[in-house]
Amino acid sequence: MLNAPSTDELKDIHHKMVVTRELEEVLGAYAKEGKTRGPIHRCDGQEAVGVAACAALRVDDYVCTTHRGHHVYVGKGLTARGIVAEIFGRETGYCKGRGGHMLLGDVKTGMLGGNAIVGAGIPAATGMALSMQILKQDRVSMVVFGDGAAQTGICHEAMNIAGLWKLPVIFVLENNQYGLTVRQEVQSPVEDLSIRAAGYAMPGEIVDGNDAEAVYRAVAAAAERARRGEGPSLIEAKTYRVKGFSTSDMGGYQSEEEMAPWLDRDPIKLSAEKLVALVGADTVAAIEAAARAEVAQAFETALSDPFPTFEIHAPSAAYSETK
Amino acid sequence: MTLMRYAEALNAALREEMQRDASVFLFGEDIGRYGGVFKVSKDLRDEFGDARVRDTPISEQALTAMAVTAAMSGTRPVLEIMYADFLPLSLDALVNQASVFTYLWEGQVDIPFVLRTQGGGGVGTGAQHAKSLDAMVCHIPGIKVVAPATPADAKGLLKSAIRDRQPVVFLEHKLLYNTRGEVPDGDEVLVPIGKAKTVVEGKHVSIFASSKMVIEAENAARLLAKDGIEAEVIDLRTLRPLDLDAIRQSIAKTNHAVVVNEGWTFCGYASELSATIMEHCFDDLDAPVARVAMPDMAIPYSEPLEMAVLPNAVKIAAAAKKALA
Repeated sequence: MLNAPSTDELKDIHHKMVVTRELEEVLGAYAKEGKTRGPIHRCDGQEAVGVAACAALRVDDYVCTTHRGHHVYVGKGLTARGIVAEIFGRETGYCKGRGGHMLLGDVKTGMLGGNAIVGAGIPAATGMALSMQILKQDRVSMVVFGDGAAQTGICHEAMNIAGLWKLPVIFVLENNQYGLTVRQEVQSPVEDLSIRAAGYAMPGEIVDGNDAEAVYRAVAAAAERARRGEGPSLIEAKTYRVKGFSTSDMGGYQSEEEMAPWLDRDPIKLSAEKLVALVGADTVAAIEAAARAEVAQAFETALSDPFPTFEIHAPSAAYSETK
Repeated sequence: MTLMRYAEALNAALREEMQRDASVFLFGEDIGRYGGVFKVSKDLRDEFGDARVRDTPISEQALTAMAVTAAMSGTRPVLEIMYADFLPLSLDALVNQASVFTYLWEGQVDIPFVLRTQGGGGVGTGAQHAKSLDAMVCHIPGIKVVAPATPADAKGLLKSAIRDRQPVVFLEHKLLYNTRGEVPDGDEVLVPIGKAKTVVEGKHVSIFASSKMVIEAENAARLLAKDGIEAEVIDLRTLRPLDLDAIRQSIAKTNHAVVVNEGWTFCGYASELSATIMEHCFDDLDAPVARVAMPDMAIPYSEPLEMAVLPNAVKIAAAAKKALA
C-alpha cells in the first residue's frame, strides 16, 4: 500500500502510543492527589494522531502543537523522562522547568513547541515552512491543532498564505469534537472542517484519527507533496477527547453514550490488534511492558531530580536591560 | 557622507543587508511591486526577486506570527506593518510568541526578526492611522524597540536591527521619511542598539525624546535659548533597552528633566521614562520630571484639532520652563 508504515515503524508507533497513554494516566493520578502544578491537558484517545503523524516525518522536519500535545512530543522523539521532569518543574526537564507541559520545546528533535494560545501553532508552522522555502531546503513543517483552533481568524490567514505561496506545511486538524467544553457543531456550521481546504487551493482529506496507519499514510503523502514543492495539505483526523478539557475540568457535558463508541475504538486497542496479526501477541505484550516500564522509570527519576534556581540575569535569558 | 532622505537611508540599509546575507528577506503589504507605501523597499523586488521581497495578503496577525517562527528556522525576516496603528493585530505574536521562547527554551532558538512600522500624526490620517504606540511594544520584555530620528540613525540602526539575535520593533515616523541628512558611507557603518545621542548640549534642563519628537525638542531648545535657557536634547534612539547612563549623565549636569513622547500620556512611554528617572536620578533632580505627551483621547482629523493634541516644540518649551520655575 502506498506510504504504508513498515512493521518496525508500526511497532515504534505502538510503543510511543502506550508511552503517551501511560504518561497521561500516571499524570492524572498525580493530579488527583494534588501533586501537579497548573492544569494538565490529557490526550487520551488521541494518541494515534500525534504519534503517527510525527512518525511519517524526518527528525529535521519541524513540528508544533497545542496545549494538549503529549502525543506529539512523544511522537517527535522526546523522552518520557524529560517530559515528566519538565512537568514537575525540574532542572532536568526539556526547558529546565521554564515551559511546563504546554510550552515544551526541543529543537534537536524538531519539536518547536507546544503552544497554549489556541490557533497560534497554525501560523507558527507556516512561518517555519516559509523559511524552509526561502532557504530552498527539502524539509517540511507540520502543526497538529484542534477543531477549536480551526475557528480562529489566524487559521484562515495562515492557510491562505500557505496555499498562496505553496509552502511546505502540513496542517493536521485533530478533530476531537470539543473546543473547551463546547461541541464542534456549536462552534462550526460545517461538520467536516477539511472542506475548507478548497478555499486555500490545497487538498483536504478526512482520516480516521484513531487509526495510526491511516494517519501515517496521509501525513507521509502530504510530506512528499510538500517536499516536491506542491504546497500544503489539510488532513482532518477525526477522533475524540476522552478526558475532558484539563485536569481542572469538572465534566458533566460528555455522556457515556456519546463516549462509548469511541472508547470501543480506542487507538491503542486498534493498533494492538493489527500488530498482533503481524508480529504476534508476545511481541506486542513486550512492547507495551517496555513502554510502561519506561514511564515508571521516568517518574521515579524525574521526581527526585533537583529544582532549578532562579537567576535574574541568566545569560540565556537575554531579556535584561543592557544596564 | 551622502545627503539622503530618511526613506532612502532605510532603503540602502535593506539593500546592503540583503546583499550581505541571503537569509534576509522582506515581506509585507504593498512592499514588492509598489515598493512600499512610503517607498522604503523601492526597487528591491527587482534586485532580489519576489521570493525575498514578498507582497502579502492583508493578514497582519499571521504575518507577524510567521516572522517569529521563520526567524527561529534560519532566516532573518524583515516584516513591514504599514501603520503602527495596526500593531494591536500583531500583539499575540509579540507578547505570547516572540517574547517568550528564547527564555523558555533555554536559548535553543534565536529570534532575529525586525518588524518595521511607522506611526505619528500631523497629516490628517485620522485616529486609526496616526498613533504612536511605542509604550505598547516597549512593555514587552525580550523585544528591542528603536525609533531613529535622522537618516543616518535610520540606516545604522536598521542594519544593527537586522543583525540582532532578538526581535526588534523598528518605529519610523511618516513625517520623517522626506527629511534629509548626511549619512556616513560604507556598508559596515552600524549604529548600536541601546545608545542615546546628545543632539543639543545645554546645562539647564534635559529634554529626552525620540523619533520626530527629537525635531520638536530641538526647536524647543531654540525657543528656550531666546529666554536664556540652555536646554540639552537627548535623542534616545533606542527606546528599549534604555541607555540609562546617558540619562544619568545629562541629569547630573542639568538637574531638570522633560520627557517627551508622541503617544498617549497615561501608562505611556513618557511615564516609563519619568519613573526610571525618579528611580535612578532622584538625588540629582531639583524639580519633578515634566511629561509632554498626547492627551488620552482619539486623534481627531481636522487640522486645528489634530495640531492641538500633538506634542510640539511650544508645549515642550513650556514644560521645561515650568520645571525650571
